[in-house]
Amino acid sequence: MFRTSARNWGEFFIVALVRVMGFSTIGFVLLIFLFLLREGLPAFWETSLDNFFGTRWYPTLGFYGTLPLLLGSVVVTLNAIVIALPLGVGTAVFVREVAPGWAREILKPLIEVLAGIPSVVLGFFGMTVLAPLVREVLGMPTGLTAFTGALVLAYMSLPTIISVAEDALDAVPKSYRDAALAMGATRWQTIWRVVVPAARSGIVTAVMLGLGRAIGETMAVMMVTGNAARMPLSWDALFRPVRTMTATIAAEMGEVAQGSTHYHVLFAIGILLFVVTFFINLSVALTLFRRQRRGGLR
Amino acid sequence: MNRYLQEKVGFAVLGLAALVVVLPILVVVGVIVVRGAAGISWEFLTGMPRQGMKAGGILPAIVGTLLLTLGTALVAIPIGVGGAIYLAEYARDTWTTRLIRLAIINLAGVPSVVYGLFGLGLFVLFLQFGSSILAGSLTLAIMTLPVIISAAEEALRAVPVEFRIVSASLGGSKWQGIYHIVLPQALPGIITGILLGLLRAAGETAPILFTVAAFYLPRLPTSILDETMALPYHLYVISTQVPGMPPQISYGTALVLLTIVLSLNILATLIRAYYRRRRWW
Repeated sequence: MFRTSARNWGEFFIVALVRVMGFSTIGFVLLIFLFLLREGLPAFWETSLDNFFGTRWYPTLGFYGTLPLLLGSVVVTLNAIVIALPLGVGTAVFVREVAPGWAREILKPLIEVLAGIPSVVLGFFGMTVLAPLVREVLGMPTGLTAFTGALVLAYMSLPTIISVAEDALDAVPKSYRDAALAMGATRWQTIWRVVVPAARSGIVTAVMLGLGRAIGETMAVMMVTGNAARMPLSWDALFRPVRTMTATIAAEMGEVAQGSTHYHVLFAIGILLFVVTFFINLSVALTLFRRQRRGGLR
Repeated sequence: MNRYLQEKVGFAVLGLAALVVVLPILVVVGVIVVRGAAGISWEFLTGMPRQGMKAGGILPAIVGTLLLTLGTALVAIPIGVGGAIYLAEYARDTWTTRLIRLAIINLAGVPSVVYGLFGLGLFVLFLQFGSSILAGSLTLAIMTLPVIISAAEEALRAVPVEFRIVSASLGGSKWQGIYHIVLPQALPGIITGILLGLLRAAGETAPILFTVAAFYLPRLPTSILDETMALPYHLYVISTQVPGMPPQISYGTALVLLTIVLSLNILATLIRAYYRRRRWW
């Protein structure tokens, strides 16, 4: 009798503990948001909204216009996705549907290596090898441009895009392929007209997650984009230096006085980043829930 | 176009895409290994930096990164594995469970620099840990949590339900079944996930920028409330903030960081491959 009751109490305690650990994740998201608000909200009454969403970022002169940073992030991220989408989906289809076993055995670990390379190492490589190359090829005064950043970012989001797209292709029932092949379609026609369209929603998820990764990437982007806070609106903006939101926070937070307007504004940019990635992830989560996949999440 | 020709062209294009993805990876690793090898020496690995980091070694940065990774592991592993056990074994599909899953997806997507801001706001300033190994490890641990939870949950779910049924039929309680039967079977998968999470933490720069990293501190930390140098931040500093840096030192630093991270990566891959072959269910 005693044993059982001791066991029950122990078990009760352990189950409560794991439950708390599971729910702690919600707590952490709330804590992150809370502390961003705590340090960032004062920015909105210390500067006017006009100033905050203005086009000039000169913190030393009291201009806190975040628009150039926002557009900088948008330019770099969108171009990264334009590069990464065809490469990522193409590679995922190749690995899942076309490649012979030995090729898959080589490709998969290499892509995992890419996922493991630290952002700062890719940034360093981008600075020392890629940027001079870009400068030579384009004949520009500097190789540290939005384009260089987009290129590095594209490769950083590729592992995410490839693995999620692979899962999506994997989830397409074999009967779809069999039916297409039985009707006389070639393997290519089967892939292009049946399998990829059937995996569409998963591929969209892959791109969304890649987008989320790209917009939040910091070190590599900061090291290769040249960090000029100007509005990227000219036709050649892609091939000139830009500055992203993430890079601004990372570069300037170390030098500001705590509690200054500049400090609060950097946190406010953090709020902006958090909110943007939150909605991207929310839409991903909703599609995942809707699909009611076979347990677990990726 | 003949549809068989079309197939050949299509497959060639896909193969080309894979090649374009993979070749630069080899180039990056190759360049850093070749150029970095020139900078590696016993003194470089075990010495203190000298002359404003332009000479000497990177020992404090290596030790700092190892300490931060250890600290991350101590915090993130229990919470991560515990949370995964809850999700895989206890949680039913209710809206609160979905809220947890949403939280995990979100934690995985929060930009690393935002973790840095959060760590600064909560640990460094509010809890007054100061810029310290403690604050940095906690920040990195929360960032690593979603990776560990997702991987561990997947590993637990992969264990067939029969294992749990048999354990219960022999009179074991639910927790006994999990602890003695399910957990050991899922362990290789959980360890792989832990390693993948930790290698990300070891290589991250943005979360430690404002929470622990010291620009130049040529001594070893003596307490968890000390600042420390760390490899990723050191690489950033010497490649952007210090003019006239000898290239073999920056490439050498990059190589040491890459070696630490990739060896964790390879270890994770090997564990997974080994146990997948040995798995009898």
